[in-house]
Amino acid sequence: MPPLPQTVPLSWYLLLSAILFGLGVAGFLFRKNIITVFMSIELMLNAVNLSFIAFSYQFRQVDGHIFAFFVMVVAAAEAAVGLGIILTVFKNRATLQIDEISTLKN
Amino acid sequence: MDVILFLIFAFIAVASAVSLVLQRHPISSALSLIGVMGALAVLYLLLGAEFMAAAQLIVYAGAIMVLFVFVIMLLNAGRERPSAASRLVRWLGIPLFTLFIGVMAYFIQTFFPKTLDVSFGGFTQGAGLEIGRQLFTRYLLPFEVTSLLILIAIIGAIVLARKEI
Repeated sequence: MPPLPQTVPLSWYLLLSAILFGLGVAGFLFRKNIITVFMSIELMLNAVNLSFIAFSYQFRQVDGHIFAFFVMVVAAAEAAVGLGIILTVFKNRATLQIDEISTLKN
Repeated sequence: MDVILFLIFAFIAVASAVSLVLQRHPISSALSLIGVMGALAVLYLLLGAEFMAAAQLIVYAGAIMVLFVFVIMLLNAGRERPSAASRLVRWLGIPLFTLFIGVMAYFIQTFFPKTLDVSFGGFTQGAGLEIGRQLFTRYLLPFEVTSLLILIAIIGAIVLARKEI
């Protein structure tokens, strides 16, 4: 086993971000519960935020932080509206399984 | 020390994310997502983003996840049933996921061969002062448009939560 480096290369952060994004995509595609699918989207947004902040370190500017801040605001708005939609769907259909909600398909 | 902290919290983040994908119960997934967000907040601190670390904990792990947990409990969401298609997708998905990570690692090594080394305290502009200055000068218009977005989201949530729909 090679010795650990003293400092962390920035590419490790980017790789971690890619792994988290891939797991978010996997959750989005695999899960059948509408709330878990929604949480996977939040995981993808978080992974992208990590990339923004890592690049902000690389370029020595705070612009990446501000982009991540806007992503956070959009995620908050999206969570409020999305959970409202989930509540309405549950009120009308009494189910949270996404493959049972297929009116548009037929 | 930086490497050890990075490895610990990166491991926590990845393990929590795997747990989010694999757990059958939505409340377990929500708790795993809180773990991811907390670990990411520490990584933001290591990258010198103090304001974003605080905002991550307050907005994401605080406000948004409380909303999620609240809705899960309100709807009394139970364990989800596995379907035949999802089992097929799982066997196809693990090689595809590994392939995706491999391709991303290759691209990162190819396009960013000379990235900086991250050390704690190497970037000191991430505190509230510099972010506030940029937010209210250079990014003033996007910041104000954001307030409009929040207003639309509030109105949309109220309309959706009415009884008649």
